[in-house]
Amino acid sequence: MTTTIGVLGLQGAIREHVKSIEACGKQAIVVKKKEQLEEVDGLILPGGESTTMRRLIDRYDFLDALISFGQSGKPIFGTCAGLILLAKEIEGQNDAHLKLMDMVVARNAFGRQKESFEATIEIKEVANDFDAVFIRAPYILEVKEDTEVLATYQGKIVAARQEHYLATAFHPELTDDHRLVDYFVKMVDESKSQRLASAK
Amino acid sequence: MTNVGTNRVKRGMAEMQKGGVIMDVVNAEQAKIAEAAGAVAVMALERVPSDIRAAGGVARMADPTITEEVLNAVSIPVMAKARIGHIVEARVLEAMGADYIDESEVLTPADDLYHIDKNDFTVPFVCGCRNLGEALRRIGEGASMLRTKGEPGTGNIVEAVRHMREVQSQIRQIQNMAKDELMVYAKETGSPYELLLQVQEEGRLPVVNFAAGGIATPSDAALMMELGADGVFVGSGIFKSDNPEKFARSIVEATTHYQDYELIAKLSKDLGTAMTGIEMSTLEDHDRMQDRSE
Repeated sequence: MTTTIGVLGLQGAIREHVKSIEACGKQAIVVKKKEQLEEVDGLILPGGESTTMRRLIDRYDFLDALISFGQSGKPIFGTCAGLILLAKEIEGQNDAHLKLMDMVVARNAFGRQKESFEATIEIKEVANDFDAVFIRAPYILEVKEDTEVLATYQGKIVAARQEHYLATAFHPELTDDHRLVDYFVKMVDESKSQRLASAK
Repeated sequence: MTNVGTNRVKRGMAEMQKGGVIMDVVNAEQAKIAEAAGAVAVMALERVPSDIRAAGGVARMADPTITEEVLNAVSIPVMAKARIGHIVEARVLEAMGADYIDESEVLTPADDLYHIDKNDFTVPFVCGCRNLGEALRRIGEGASMLRTKGEPGTGNIVEAVRHMREVQSQIRQIQNMAKDELMVYAKETGSPYELLLQVQEEGRLPVVNFAAGGIATPSDAALMMELGADGVFVGSGIFKSDNPEKFARSIVEATTHYQDYELIAKLSKDLGTAMTGIEMSTLEDHDRMQDRSE
């Protein structure tokens, strides 16, 4: 059975992630309804506006479905707005969204659009020369012990992994460099074979 | 090394807005309503297009107090309008921290020949277009995002539809052209040749193209998505309606789920009155904002 990876399709850079998943040799589907989560082995939460996505998530009862998707052990990869959706805590806000990853994040932490930038960074286990595009980007203020910091930029945490969750403050989907998505695809493959093995 | 204001950063910002609704607002209160309704960005201005139309006279960049108020009120991106060719209004907006500048025909043009050289700015620009040539000229000048011009402040979708269809059909047309034909097409439509080549190869514009100018209902927004828009701008349509909160929410949802017709039916129920529309044939030539620039 081919591995299928979903891209949460409520708003944002959906098409780019689909392209990236397909370039990594997997099947991609755009997830607009919560029922579609059953068809996918892993999920990407794309970049976009986190407040918009949250409103649409609430409107269609997506929240619990997404949380149980993550808790069932299926991998989730959040980029930018997706990273904010995954975080347990958001600086300056009383509440967070999916609260799946043990980290505190700050929204628009690198500044407004005119401060947005690209830079070459090193991502542990992925690449030492990754062209990262930061757009009104957040960063991670704090991670818990079992969360691995994969990349920092000017001392700020911009990529992290905690078990089957992966998050980046930048947008790999805006480049043709598929190494990070490929890393996530491997996480999905691993989790899938583990699930199949334990089902036997 | 850190690079700001690159094409990837400027165009990428518009990519993040895709599938979303950008709403015109004139103060902090409206901006908060828009954000709560799920807008992906707001456009801060002094008057919505229908009021600009009614007021007549020269329409300029908004008083910086308004832009500042909106910038401080919301966490979503804030766009603002500068007059066509008004380099200084654009620089002022950039200095204030606006996230995107709309070099807009809704305001009275400051230059009747030249648009701003937008490549020179760190902040990205969105510009209006009616056809492929106009779209590619704006990209050539450095626009990082496009929108149809439509006919602003009319609540009449017909011009936005015409402009979206025109761009799409011209993209299809050039797919089958030989290179020599493409050069003549470049000459006839005033399109930069290199950009035409790129569009021919990729089958789409190199930047995001939103719909704007006349969207008044959830169905209007869904129609523009159906026709290939990457997202929509709603100007007068929201805060000139009976129930702005409800209109705003419904238009956001209809844009996301633009092919879910049962949902759009539900969203359209008991919405109250949409803004009053204007039939195109009743507009005098000098009232047509879309013809203010080429």
